[in-house]
Amino acid sequence: MMIEIKDLSVTFGSSTAVRNASFSVAEGESFGLVGESGSGKSTILRTIMGLNWNWSGTIRVADLDPARTPRKTLARVVQMVFQDPYASLHPRYVIGHQIAEPMVINAIPNVQRRTAELLDLIGLPADFQFRYPHELSGGQRQRVAIARALALSPRVLLLDEPTSALDVSIQAEILNLLNRLRRELNLTFVLVSHDLAVISYMCERLMVMRNAAPVETLTREQLRAGDVADGYSRQLLAAS
Amino acid sequence: MSDTTLPAPRNALRAAQLKELRGFAKRFARNPLGMVGLFIVLLLLFCAAFAPWIATHDPYLPTLTARLSAPSAEYWFGADELGRDIYSRLVYGSRLTLLIVGLVIVSSAPIGLLIGVVSGTVGGWVDAVFMRITDVFLAVPKLLLALAFVAALGPGIVNAALAITLTAWPPYARLARAEALIVRNSDYVAAIRLAGGSEFRIIVFHVIPMCLSSVIVRMTFDMAGIILTAAGLGFIGLGAQPPLPEWGAMISTGRKFIFDQWWVATIPGAAIFIVSLGFNLLGDALRDLLDPHLRQRN
Repeated sequence: MMIEIKDLSVTFGSSTAVRNASFSVAEGESFGLVGESGSGKSTILRTIMGLNWNWSGTIRVADLDPARTPRKTLARVVQMVFQDPYASLHPRYVIGHQIAEPMVINAIPNVQRRTAELLDLIGLPADFQFRYPHELSGGQRQRVAIARALALSPRVLLLDEPTSALDVSIQAEILNLLNRLRRELNLTFVLVSHDLAVISYMCERLMVMRNAAPVETLTREQLRAGDVADGYSRQLLAAS
Repeated sequence: MSDTTLPAPRNALRAAQLKELRGFAKRFARNPLGMVGLFIVLLLLFCAAFAPWIATHDPYLPTLTARLSAPSAEYWFGADELGRDIYSRLVYGSRLTLLIVGLVIVSSAPIGLLIGVVSGTVGGWVDAVFMRITDVFLAVPKLLLALAFVAALGPGIVNAALAITLTAWPPYARLARAEALIVRNSDYVAAIRLAGGSEFRIIVFHVIPMCLSSVIVRMTFDMAGIILTAAGLGFIGLGAQPPLPEWGAMISTGRKFIFDQWWVATIPGAAIFIVSLGFNLLGDALRDLLDPHLRQRN
């Protein structure tokens, strides 16, 4: 298993953001977390990345415990793409710099060539590396954020609503790009979304969450056939 | 910036940066009051740089026959109680004004910025300690501390600048901390953290650049205040010492003749007023462009 989560609970002060979530994701699989906002899906991703401290349970990513693994080791295994492409790029640096920075931090050779390769991989021309984020559209920014996440060649990509800030026509482009990257680079995805259509397009399996707790785990076939046991999931399905 | 660490081709990068700068200059030029402020500040810089060529007389040489003479073709702004040309003293005085402003800004802004950014980014007890120290300095009356300091160390320009610095840095620390608190939780900082970037890298390359614009705006406004405080210290005789042509000290000596020879005190006063106004106008224009809370998300 690439990712194994057991009885994960996350608290912020007195409120519980995630309660007893368990799931596992196989290598090369795409797993979806779906639920309304505030149901704790993004919190799970951030906790896996070590951005939250108050959690209990077990997390294993490629047999590594994120809490005990040096940041740089973990960085080469798992990376994250954030929800808002308008907030995830530093406004003062050209995008080539931003894609290159993770490689500079980790002392990877041939940074310049690899930056150009990454831009090519995500479908942007090489001269885009000298543009500032405000010169790019939302979809282009999200591509840059994806390139930055891929800079260290991770095996797992955690995607936090990667398309919810984009308009519909761009959404499809980004989702297709992600699917192509997963095939070509043999990536494992965990995708968070409130949109069942996106999840059903992208993921083989999914977990429905509500009020910080998991409701049920489904396969794509069950989802498409409407073979849903829980009332809340059915409600969600009917709404989409 | 930090581009030395990254092997991007220099020329293309410089072209991109130049383009940003040109866009900024273009937006700045649309604000007429800002341009007036910029003109005044540039004029001040010009006067200071070329004082020997602009001045018509020696600012220190008394001409007792011309004592307190009124503005004329010979003495454009009149002459003071020792017959020194006020215009030339004003021109040379701009050097002292800039020296004090420069000394205070160069010492207070980086100290405040560093304390604020570290405090805001690291948080915890570091934040608590730094901010309580800042509170203590903020609680001390500005001019009073400067007075006590100058009284202890002796009057003089450098001591006056030091004294002003002592009370000038805490606002920068507050400002930088507030910005850092927002930036440290942003996704672009999280991305660097996830890539294994150190706190040092985050503070220096990611948080500080985002705080700089507010600090620059604040600095421009502060320059007006520093000029006034320095003039105040000069006026009460604790700043620049005679015969230095410091504007505040010039007002102070002109006070005795204010009813009969009004120009001796008024002209340096007007200079202080215009330069302060210039810095304020410039600051206002910069704030319109740089303040992250006024600027819409781009």
